[in-house]
Amino acid sequence: MATTAQRRPRDLDRLAARLRTVLGEGAVITDRNRLRTYECDGLAHYKVTPAIVVLPHTTAEVAAVVRACVDERVPYVARGSGTGLSGGALPSAEGVLVVTSQMRDILETDAPGERAVVQPGVINLHVSKAAAPEGYYYAPDPSSQQICSIGGNLAENSGGAHCLKYGFTTNHVTGVELVAPDGEIVRLGGKAPDPPGYDLLGAFVGSEGTLGIATEVTVRLLRAPEAVRTLLAAFPSTDEAGGAVSAIIAAGVLPAAVEMMDALAIEAAEAAVHCDYPQGAGAVLIVELDGPAPEVEAQFGEVQRHCRDNKAFEIRIAADDIERALFWKGRKSAFAAVGRISPDYIVQDGVIPRTALPAVLRRIAALSDGEQGQGTEGPSGVRVANVFHAGDGNLHPLVLFDESVPGEAEKAEAISGAILDLCIEYGGSITGEHGVGADKAKYMPRMFTDDDLDTMQMLRCAFDPLGLANPGKIFPTPRLCGEVPGRHKGVHPLAASGVAEVF
Amino acid sequence: MSSPPTDPALQASEISDVLAELAKACDDQVRRAEDGDEVGGLPARLVAAPGSTREAADVLRVAADHRLRVVARGHGTKLHWGATPSGVELIVDTTRLSGVVEHAAGDLVAVVGAGTALATLQEVVGGAGQELAFDDPLGSTVGGAIATSPSGPRRLLRGTLRDLLIGVTFVRSDGVVAKAGGKVVKNVAGYDFGKLLTGSYGTLGLITEAIFRLHPRPVRSHHVTRTISDAADIGPALRAVLASQTVPSAVDVDWPAEGPRQVSVLLEGTEDGVEQRADAVARLLDTDVGDGAAPPWWGHYPFGPDDVAIKLTCPLTEVGTTMRRAHARAAEHGLSLASRASAAGVVHAATPGDGPPEAVASLVHELRAGIAAYDGSVLVLAAPQPLREGLDLWGPVPGLALMRRLKHELDPVHRLSPGRFVGGI
Ligand SMILES: Cc1cc2nc3c(=O)[nH]c(=O)nc-3n(C[C@H](O)[C@H](O)[C@H](O)COP(=O)(O)OP(=O)(O)OC[C@H]3O[C@@H](n4cnc5c(N)ncnc54)[C@H](O)[C@@H]3O)c2cc1C
Repeated sequence: MATTAQRRPRDLDRLAARLRTVLGEGAVITDRNRLRTYECDGLAHYKVTPAIVVLPHTTAEVAAVVRACVDERVPYVARGSGTGLSGGALPSAEGVLVVTSQMRDILETDAPGERAVVQPGVINLHVSKAAAPEGYYYAPDPSSQQICSIGGNLAENSGGAHCLKYGFTTNHVTGVELVAPDGEIVRLGGKAPDPPGYDLLGAFVGSEGTLGIATEVTVRLLRAPEAVRTLLAAFPSTDEAGGAVSAIIAAGVLPAAVEMMDALAIEAAEAAVHCDYPQGAGAVLIVELDGPAPEVEAQFGEVQRHCRDNKAFEIRIAADDIERALFWKGRKSAFAAVGRISPDYIVQDGVIPRTALPAVLRRIAALSDGEQGQGTEGPSGVRVANVFHAGDGNLHPLVLFDESVPGEAEKAEAISGAILDLCIEYGGSITGEHGVGADKAKYMPRMFTDDDLDTMQMLRCAFDPLGLANPGKIFPTPRLCGEVPGRHKGVHPLAASGVAEVF
Repeated sequence: MSSPPTDPALQASEISDVLAELAKACDDQVRRAEDGDEVGGLPARLVAAPGSTREAADVLRVAADHRLRVVARGHGTKLHWGATPSGVELIVDTTRLSGVVEHAAGDLVAVVGAGTALATLQEVVGGAGQELAFDDPLGSTVGGAIATSPSGPRRLLRGTLRDLLIGVTFVRSDGVVAKAGGKVVKNVAGYDFGKLLTGSYGTLGLITEAIFRLHPRPVRSHHVTRTISDAADIGPALRAVLASQTVPSAVDVDWPAEGPRQVSVLLEGTEDGVEQRADAVARLLDTDVGDGAAPPWWGHYPFGPDDVAIKLTCPLTEVGTTMRRAHARAAEHGLSLASRASAAGVVHAATPGDGPPEAVASLVHELRAGIAAYDGSVLVLAAPQPLREGLDLWGPVPGLALMRRLKHELDPVHRLSPGRFVGGI
């Protein structure tokens, strides 16, 4: 250990010097104070100060950085805007953080061709803004869209409220130029669909920076809808609101968005942004329909009927864009708003089959009212505010706690974990859009077998045999590349499945 | 990357042992190959039909033990697609891996065995007013469709199978079972292996089960169809419809070897909505709404089993140009060509398989040269045996080095559909 500790810094000094000659003095940060700006992403309770931060301007510079890291066997982590909520951009203490904030050019918007070509640091909302004059937009709309980057979106396969109808980032990226972990620049796809060979692009999207660094992204632009109608419906409780969602979907309506908030989330939003939601609501639904005017008209009435049939006691219809924005303000500010009613909170992200919503909400309520949480004893008393993309069963429970009260943080963490167990129990997922990152790697074995994870890591080995690209993320334990089970190497192949378990 | 070791497998003396082991692995559903048990003209030696993922894993483990090269077969409708494998001892017949395991109608999700006919899946989910929003041009099984990723008109709005597949279970070449994704549409836990398997021609693993997202079946559909006499009008017609806010599910063009060219727009939705949108599209195309029926060519590939089947991709704005170039080049070579395009940027074309091989090879070469100007690709999906030899089926494949490494990780001895895919993978 001692020799490692002595050797490392010298290597890193040499690396920093090399990076300075390639990128220029101003684009390489080693000053302790400045480095601390980058010590965490949106998940602020994990903090690691990186050894070096670089701010490349071009693909060639990114490639030079990666090659230098490979030469020195130093790990590196890509970072966009640092809004990730799973610690995906958490730096390596002895590694390089590659920040894309100097790569923010929109290279092309091709409205008739329904594509935009952008650099990875471009802010999500700016793509839609650039395409708006021609009547087009970029569909994936995470609540963080005013600050998060397209590169981060691609790495996380980010979703947003309108993904129910339009799909996720993966359905809206048709091409990427990337710097592979060996430093090679590779293009996958482009403006045309169906590039030949394996769909590496499909695997790269959502790979959380572990397969390389995206340096240019080609995204789809959609024609703006002719009509948008939005309603806000207040229900006595989440049961009725959930019933309305099921009824809407069962009727064959595919809204652009169906979002739900429970009483506690509403309380927080009121305190923060005064969105003036209906008094006394146990739950509100925001339902938005968009598309050709006659389709939206035909279905909007149907949606209102299903809300009323499920005991909505008030339905408000947005008269214009300003009112629509007000409906959405409460929802989009929900995470931050919880800060108004609790000193600390955990934003959880799990998925369940939509039909299990009422059952799972009751189980979550039971957890916070006292059912045993993982590792906790007796009534937990931990409050949970619920915000969800109800249309696709994506829950965002906000687990409230007070760090300054001894034991509360642990209890909150346990409840948060128990909620993920519920998601798995009901056949769902431990993450719908925030990613696994550093935070949830430990939960992966609850959802996948060792063989599943081992197989996924084969993809990682194909891209990054040295394991330098964002190590420690997604997988609880790294796989030593080169260990290929099933090879005829002494072990009888009949034992191959047994062999795999060893890894 | 080292090239795959070749070790001509399965000595005659070994075959009865292997048969016995396979029989044990899959409930006696194994036999010696007969006439027709071939892949791209290459006869296999054995056929095994596992009835579960477990059995499929056992079968592949036996295959690994004896170094058998394996090709999966569903309905066999696209077994002649791709290159001829370098060899095949074992065909794994997937048709016993069949049945809709679960249809969660309220969640718009279906879990289905890989050997299930897509038609069967559609029938089952159709009972609840739902559908897999995928046009199946050839009558595939679920696994066969995933492995080759064919596509039809509605890819314009719904994307291709990659966009509908949310979970997958497969068996690796060493007999290990792996899964990725799951039963919920929104899910970013782990790498998306479903995407890798889609269009992989059976070279990465044997798909045993798939999970799809479904869509509500539209109440009403209507085709607005117009004949296009001047080929130069194709591009502008497509652009006019795409730039409108009518949200068509599909916009396809038919350019037969002989007879009139047509463009047809599919609108799906509610009764009132579709009626008004059809009116709008008819005005855009300067035609009348008609009776709404699909034209006879709709949803079919332009090629039959004896044709050279070509797939061209291009940016949306170049579909008209791509079709015109293809027909012009074919005419120069004296080749008859039929083509059908989706406005999404895909043109399928057919030329008879008995044409002069040099002419076909030149055509493919020139199409590739032409498309290089604006991003896209030209694949030969299938070609009759004599023609195949002289053809580069895939053309340039960006990212090939990474693809080889992926293959090497998952199937280091190259026993799964060896040689059938890009770059000899
Ligand atoms: C208030 C708030 C609301 C949010 N709402 C949503 C929401 O509605 N939906 C949603 O999906 N997410 C949401 N998020 C999470 C977050 O905004 C997204 O994950 C976003 O995509 C991250 O983008 P970023 O640029 O901040 O990436 P970062 O946090 O910088 O990085 C995220 C990951 O991407 C990798 N990465 C970054 N750039 C590249 C690149 N060029 N190449 C390869 N890998 C790269 C990093 O290594 C890291 O693993 C929210 C976050 C906040 C704070």
